This record gives sequence, C-alpha cells and structure tokens, in this order.
Amino acid sequence: MNWLIAILQTILFVVLAPLLAGWIKCCKCRLQNRKAPSVFQPYRDLFKLTHKQPVVSEQASWLFIKAPYIIFSATVLAATVVPLIAVDLPTSASADVIVMVGFFAFARFFLALAGLDIGTAFGGMGSSREMTISSMAEPAMLMAIFTLTMTASTTNLSFAISHVLNEGLVLRPSFVFALSALVLVAIAETGRIPVDNPATHLELTMIHEAMILEYSGRHLALIEWASQLKLMLYGVLIANIFFPWGIAESFGIQALGYGLLVIIGKLALLAVFLAIAETLVAKMRLFRVQEFLSFAYLLGLLGMLSHIILEAAR
Amino acid sequence: MILVLAYSAVLLSFFSGLLGLMMHQRQHVLEFSQYMFNKLPRRSERCQSLIAPYLEEHRFPFLLRKAVFVLLGLSGVFAVLAGLSVLIGKTVVTDQLSLGLPWLPWHVRFDCLSGFFFLIIGIAVSSVSLYGPGYVNSYDESQHPFAVLGLFTGLFVAGMMLVLLADDAFFFMIAWELMSVASYFLVAFQHENPANRRAAFIYLLMAEVGALAIILGFGVLAGFSDGFTFDALRKANVSTTWASIAFMWALLGFGMKAGIFPVHVWLPEAHPVAPSHISALMSGVMLKVALYGLIRFCFDLLGDVHWQWGVVLLILGTVSALGGILYAMMQTNLKRLLAYSSVENIGIIFMVLGLSMIFMANGHPQLAALGLLAALFHAFNHALFKNLLFLGAGIIHHQTHQLNIDMMGGLIKKMPKTSMLFLIGCMSISSLPLFNGFVSEWLAFQTALQVDVLDNGVLRSLIPVAAAALALTAALAAACFVKVFGLIFLGLPRSHHCEKAHETQDKGMLAGSSLLAGLCFLFGIFPGLIISLINSVAGQLLGETLPNDAALGWLWLAPVSVSQASYAPPLVLIGALIAGCVSFWYLRRNPSTAIRTAETWDCGFGGLTHRMQYSSSAFTMPFRRIFAKVWIIDEQIDKDMQGAMNQDVAAVHYQLRIQDHSWPRLYEPIARGVNSTAKLVGRIQTGNIRVYLGYSFATLLLLLWVIS
Repeated sequence: MNWLIAILQTILFVVLAPLLAGWIKCCKCRLQNRKAPSVFQPYRDLFKLTHKQPVVSEQASWLFIKAPYIIFSATVLAATVVPLIAVDLPTSASADVIVMVGFFAFARFFLALAGLDIGTAFGGMGSSREMTISSMAEPAMLMAIFTLTMTASTTNLSFAISHVLNEGLVLRPSFVFALSALVLVAIAETGRIPVDNPATHLELTMIHEAMILEYSGRHLALIEWASQLKLMLYGVLIANIFFPWGIAESFGIQALGYGLLVIIGKLALLAVFLAIAETLVAKMRLFRVQEFLSFAYLLGLLGMLSHIILEAAR
Repeated sequence: MILVLAYSAVLLSFFSGLLGLMMHQRQHVLEFSQYMFNKLPRRSERCQSLIAPYLEEHRFPFLLRKAVFVLLGLSGVFAVLAGLSVLIGKTVVTDQLSLGLPWLPWHVRFDCLSGFFFLIIGIAVSSVSLYGPGYVNSYDESQHPFAVLGLFTGLFVAGMMLVLLADDAFFFMIAWELMSVASYFLVAFQHENPANRRAAFIYLLMAEVGALAIILGFGVLAGFSDGFTFDALRKANVSTTWASIAFMWALLGFGMKAGIFPVHVWLPEAHPVAPSHISALMSGVMLKVALYGLIRFCFDLLGDVHWQWGVVLLILGTVSALGGILYAMMQTNLKRLLAYSSVENIGIIFMVLGLSMIFMANGHPQLAALGLLAALFHAFNHALFKNLLFLGAGIIHHQTHQLNIDMMGGLIKKMPKTSMLFLIGCMSISSLPLFNGFVSEWLAFQTALQVDVLDNGVLRSLIPVAAAALALTAALAAACFVKVFGLIFLGLPRSHHCEKAHETQDKGMLAGSSLLAGLCFLFGIFPGLIISLINSVAGQLLGETLPNDAALGWLWLAPVSVSQASYAPPLVLIGALIAGCVSFWYLRRNPSTAIRTAETWDCGFGGLTHRMQYSSSAFTMPFRRIFAKVWIIDEQIDKDMQGAMNQDVAAVHYQLRIQDHSWPRLYEPIARGVNSTAKLVGRIQTGNIRVYLGYSFATLLLLLWVIS
C-alpha cells in the first residue's frame, strides 16, 4: 500500500510538472500585458514532440540518443525522494536528500556530455556554462539543506519534514537564511531569469538552450519534461520543507486529497511569485552569476552559523 | 596460513622482477637447459621437445613478458586472498624474520588494517598484470629494455607489500625505501627526455626528504621507548608536545608521499612520464600506502589522538581537495590532469580522517569509526577508479600516440569499448549515484553532519564549512570530468591521429580495465560488501565499530541509524531501470517515428569544422575567470597584422600558460636559500694552498687544545 502511494506520488509529480510550467507562463504573460496561452499548452507541446520523427545529427554517438532517457530517469528518481502529498513513504528512505542532489548531478552530467557530443560551438558553450553555474550552486544548495538536516538531525527528507511539522510554527532565523539561499539556488539551477532565460533561443547568453539545440522530437520532449520536473521539484522542496503544513501524515483518502489540494495551492502561489520576479528583474551578465551564487552560499553559511550559535541545544 | 599467503604474494612479485632480468639472457637459459639435459639424461628427450619451442629467438621475449606479468598477477591474487582472509577472520598474525640487524630481526605483523591495504594492492596489481603485456609491447626493446621495467615493477610491488607487513621502524623504512627507489627507476624509465629525468629527480628528492621526516617521526617516538619495534613504540609514554612534534614529522613525511598540498608537486611531474600501468600503480596504490603509514602512525602508534591534529588534517585536506581539482581542471595533458585529481582525492581522504580524529579525541569513538570507514572506503574507491582512468589513458595513448586532450575528440565511435570503460571511471570519480565514488562521499557527508555532538563552538562551525567545500569539490570534479570525457571521446576528431584511431586489439588491456570498471559498479550498488570488511578494521584499530552495526545489510546503508540517513542503491538501480525502460518503451513503440539522421543543424550556420569546437581552455574559461587568484595565469594573444594600413588581421596566436603557485611561493625560495648558503660556504674554498694549510694548522691547534 505504501509503495503504491509512493509510485502514485511519483506519477503525480511527472504528470503535474508541465501544468506548473504552463501556469508560470500564463502568469508571466498576464503580468506583461500579453495574451496568455492555455495552461495546458506544455502538454500539447510534449504530445506534438513525442509524435514527431526525431532528426539526429550524423555526428551523434549513442550517448546523444540515450542521454534524454538517462536525464529523464534521473530526474524522476529525484522526484521519488521528495515528499509531495504525504510523508513517511518508503521511497524517501531508499535515498536521502544528498542522493537527490546526486541525481540532479547525474542528469546534469549527461546533459553536458550530450551538449559536447555533436561538436558544435553552441553545445560546448552551454555545457561549459552549465557546469560552471552548477558547481557554484551545488555547495550553496547543500549548505541550505544542511541547515535543515542539522535542525532535524536527519538527512531523510520525509523525517525532516515531519520534524518541522511537529515543532509547530517557530520562527527560526536559520530557516529564513536557508530559505533565501534555496530560492536563489533554485532560480539558478532551473535556468530562470536573472540567470538564464528559458524563453529564448539563439542568444549568446543562453545556457540550457545551448546544450539542447540539436535535440528534436521525443528526445527534446524528454529533456523539456525533465527540466519542467526539476522546476517543480525545487518548488516542492521550498514549499514542503519550509511550509510543510497540510501535507498528509496518514494514508487515508481524505488526508491525501487534502495534501494534494494544499500542495497545488502552494505551488500556484510560488509560481506567481516567480512570475513577478521574472517580470521585474532583468537578466544578468554571465559573469555576474557567480556573485549571485556566492551570495546564496553566504546566506546558506549564515543560516548554518545562526543555527549553531543561536538554536543548537547547548 | 594467512602469513603464507602474504609472503607468497611478496615473493611472487619479487620473482616476477627477477624473471624480467632474464630478458636478454636467452643464450644462458639455452646453455643452462642443455646442461641440465645432459645431467639428467632420463626423459630429457621429452623435456627438450617440450621446452625447446619456448626458447626460440622470436618467441622467447614475448613469452617471458607474459610470464613476468602472470607472476605479478598471481602475486596480486595472493594479496587479495591474504587481505580477505585476515579481514574476514578479524585476526592479528605476527612473525619474525631472521633478516636485518643482528639485534633487531624484521618483525612482521599482519592485521586488519594491513589486510585492507593488501586488498587494494592486490586488486590493482591483478588488473595491471592483465593490462601490462599489451601495453609494454609497444616499447622498442633496444631503447627501453623490458628487463628494467620488469625488475623494478616487481621490486616496487614487493616493497609496497613489505611496508604493510612491517612491524618495526627499521624494517618499515627499508621497505619504504625499496618502494621509493624502485618507483624512481620506473619514473625515469624513458630517460631520453630531459623532462622525464627532471621529473624523476624531483620525485626522488621529495621521496627522500619525506623519508627523512618519517625517520625523525619514528625517532621522536623511539626516544621515549626502549626499542624500534612497533610494540615498543605503542607502549611509549610520550608527552603531548613531543607527540605533536612526532605527528608533524609523520604528516610531512607521509603527506609528501601521499601528495598533500603544498608538497604535491612531484605528482603532476612524475605521473605523466611513467608508463601508464606504472602511473596507475603509483597513483592508485602507492599514495594509499602513504595513507596507510599515516593511519598506522597516528591511530595505532601514537595512540591518543588530539583534536588539534584533526583540525590540521581537515584544513590541509580541504585545501588539497579544492586546489587539486582546480589545478586538474586547467590541465591539457590527460595524465597530468589525473595526477592533480589524485591530489584532490587524497585531500578528501585527509579531510575525513581529520573528522575521524576530531570525533575520536572528543570521546565519540563510534563516529570516529564512521569517519575512518568513509576515509578507507574512499581510498579503496579511489584506487579502483583512478587505476581505471590511468589504464584508460594508457589505451588512448597507445592508440592515438598523444595525451593532449585538445588534440583528441570523437573517439567514442572509434573506440567504443574503451569509451564505455572510461565513462564508468569518469562517473565514479565525479561521485554520481550508483557508482562507488558516490557512496564514500555520502559517508563523508554523513560524518560531517554529526557535528552536533561536539561541544567546541569553533569545530561546530568549521566542519560544516569543510562539508560545503567538499560539495564544491565534488561539483568541480564533475565539471572537470565532463570536460575530460567530452573533449576526448565526443565531438569531432581534432587531429589526424584521432581520426585514424581504432579500438585496441589487445584483450588483456580491455580485461584489466573492465575488471576495475565492474568493481566500481559492483561496490556502487552493493557497498555493504566492502563496508562490513572495513568495519572490522575500525574495530581493531579504534576498538569501536559503526553505531548501527545491525543495519549493515547488502540492501540498506544506514551507518548511524535508519531515522538519520539511509541509502539503498539496489532499490535506486531498480527504480532507474524502471523509469528508463518505461520511457524508452513508450516513446519507441511507434515505428513511424524512427530516428532520421541528417546534417548537424547548428542553428543553420553550417560549415562546421573541428576547429570550431570548444577546447579545453575554452571549456574552463568561466572557471578561470571566477577563481582567477588560484593560478598564475599567463595569457597572450598576438595578432599578425597586414594590409595597407596594417589593419587586417592575418593570423591570431593564442598562448595560455598556467602555473602552480607552490613553485614560486615555496620551492623557488627554498632553492634560492640553498644556493646562497652554498655560496657562503664556498667562500672558505679559496683554491689557495696556503689558506688550506692554514685551515689544517688551525684545526690541529684546536684539537690539541681540546685534548689538553
């Protein structure tokens, strides 16, 4: 039963991810006085792409063709770890939050390799930048997460969330810092403005798009889907770690349904904030990104120190 | 029984070295066999017919090489057996050999710690012996005689094993020197290049300075005890100050061999010039022997560790890890890059050892066991994947005749098997889940996150920062190995050699690497197998095992407790396979969407050549800019102008030189100091005979005065 709910939750993750992307786009269009596409547009795009014949370069090796499947699977695995509607699921015990970061690294490793495979300058450019940004973002993210795991003294996400729930509403300075750090990292890692612009092709500042320029058809669909999934994962991490109220602690239909509604609400709200931020802020120069990320790291460090100095038991 | 296995491992490697010497003695072997046949006329007919074909002129060298490597491989297998039997039996075996000084026979002790390092050596040597015959075939016998290579390889391996067996300081140093000197000759093997001679000299110099430091470390301990045996040293009652001095000497000596920053400089010089299977042994195994020395010295001989030592190790380890990977990233020579990455990995091991010491000194032996376990497991993993990568680099060098990654590309299609093996190595070293490198890194993080039990506020804030540095190191390592794999195997071939390259035909070379790759994957999925072995090392050394012994299953990994952290790699593998297969099946089922190949799109620019690809310096340019202070960067762009107003650019020359800070900051001042001291001393050597007679006269007077 537990396993069934765990699998169901993962499927929910995969199915809902394009919806979140569509909702963000919708909000952004409204904010910018444009006519918004339907919220379901990403599903239509994915459907269209999966039914097209993929065109692959003559120079491509097996790695280029297999990479989308690997990237997608790694991201789905990361999704199994994160509690979406319920805590205490068996899948979150099989891998903890460090493993989740590892899955992201796995997906990124193959994405960057796929960018280098064809031998175009764009691909290399994207890979190089992606690896640069992620190598700055990963320590900041782990710093933020360690603050949480040290408070809850577990790296198991499910137990950590339960711990926050049981503590009740306590304003912890460390959590405020960690939350800000995680938000900054999430923006960088999911390629949103001001770090990268998901809406552009053929700009010399592009990062994510540069790596996947050569992909088409179902391969492109998988990669797009994986990046939508990653965006949702970060959203759920922020929503459920710092504002876990509403998540199901028992496996009754009612509790689960309530959990689903609450998380959809939280994500929708987060998406609105993201759309506002993307509308207000301009994209940064590439070599400003490290300042952005070192700021995130600094916030994470401050969170950690304030946990140690102010909150620890002794 | 266990000792017999260990001794036979040592003897077999020794004999393999001696057998190598027979390379040019075919004539003597022939004469000897004739002589024996005449002595023993019975059955000589059959024996002669049996042996004669092997002594033919063209077959003899080939077979002898094989035989040398077979003996070496057997030595490896025996080492694995010896290591496993002592680890499973959890015993300690001691012995005395009637060799050495009259009043100090060689003491031998074989316990779990030695056994674990025997296991590492055994696996590495076995894979190298599979790989070796194919690799050495390419050497020209007249220029690079196999006898030298075979002899010193055998002595080198025997020396490393003897270091692990030694139980007195005297025997330890003899074995240590055997290992150092034999490896010097291996580094100097292709001595026709001035660069190789220089590298070998630096290596020898640093090895000897390190050995001196180790001797001083032992000397401090021996001053407080009544003998040179490790038993006596263990019993020595050393004050904290002297123990710290001994620790510093040991750290300098063993750190020099292990390649810790800033005494790492011999590594990037020596590893690229040695033959690939030797660099694999040096990087994968010899550095681990140095680590063994440090663990033995600190945890076993000194006994009471202090948390300040742990902090020293933690800081040195952090600096090495970050510095190593940042320097590695900038290299274009593949083997040099791998050498710097060894500095990084040794740094990680030192960090975790430091954590272990801190926990030990603060009265948390179970967490110290966790740290020690993470350190030893990472040492084991590093031996596997670094060996694999060096062997892979050897295959690439063998097939393309170069090591410059800016000249490679597209090899994934030419060398599919090698590329697969190399990819596994890259994924392990980048610590991606499902591979062994990740598990040890995960354990390292788990150790660091136990910091809450400590009382000291400085430590409580220092350790999380070190953990974040570890995260940065891991991320940079991933970037570095994306660069390595991407530039070597993906994209378009950047040189003629790479275009013409093809897969190696030698099955042994692939088998040696496949063995390591298979183990990388196996221990990534079932880390419990090896962790339960290391647990007995911790049990013997620290007297404590993991906090959560019961959870040591093959499926789950929960070192502290299930509620704190757990990881089940087999389940993760199953999940990955399900997700991959479902998406694959779902998307591939429609035949009308079969893949169509076409020209590269490249946003419609077209006309793609291999010169337009990202190169190594292009790939690392953002890092170079962000971490600019880490290197000494010398970047020059020269433009050749032409035309009427000298305004048209005809050609652009780009030159990039990246240097290690430690040379101008540390070594050159020392060299200058030595030179100026020598000059000062030289002043008394005037070359005038009267002055020298005056010196003699003055000495005589002085001595007379002393006597009276």
